[in-house]
Amino acid sequence: MPMQAADIETLIKDAFPDATVVIEDLRGDGDHYACRVVSSAFAGKSRVQQHQMVYKALGGRMGGVLHALALQTSAPPAG
Amino acid sequence: MLDDATKERIEQDIKSEDVVLYMKGTPVFPQCGFSAAVVGVLTHLNVPFRGINVLEDDSVREGIKSFSDWPTIPQLYVKGEFVGGCDIVREMYETGELTEMFQTRGIDAQPA
Repeated sequence: MPMQAADIETLIKDAFPDATVVIEDLRGDGDHYACRVVSSAFAGKSRVQQHQMVYKALGGRMGGVLHALALQTSAPPAG
Repeated sequence: MLDDATKERIEQDIKSEDVVLYMKGTPVFPQCGFSAAVVGVLTHLNVPFRGINVLEDDSVREGIKSFSDWPTIPQLYVKGEFVGGCDIVREMYETGELTEMFQTRGIDAQPA
């Protein structure tokens, strides 16, 4: 059961209201996505922690209905 | 779900070698593209590692996810510490952080 890119974006934005979210449907099949998330919530967190925060926002769908979501996270540049 | 026996086994396994990769399939025959990608990076850097095939044991397959609070496989452990999954390993490799991390932990890592 694939997931829509818009639904992924909504879940992430609900958890990180300031986030910039860019999602690419890698194969056009609604099942293999690449997602970049930039949010101040990630400042000072390790990559593992940042990804865990996004997985939590996705509410357990990662590894389940969301089979493949290549994730890249970062905090906005300081300044 | 993570029962005590599985947890104990995972704790022993992640310390059994300096570098341990929980993966689908074996290092010689990975059965998932994400696992294959991490094997490729480690092989490219000439880092010896132990692959643990989660497809051989459902309790480990599910247990490792609870253990690290990480929903997917592969999972890379270095000196008993969780480093990340495929995306993080790939990103760290591209920025050079992965090689640096191995070297600061006393593990030789360099392309042949």
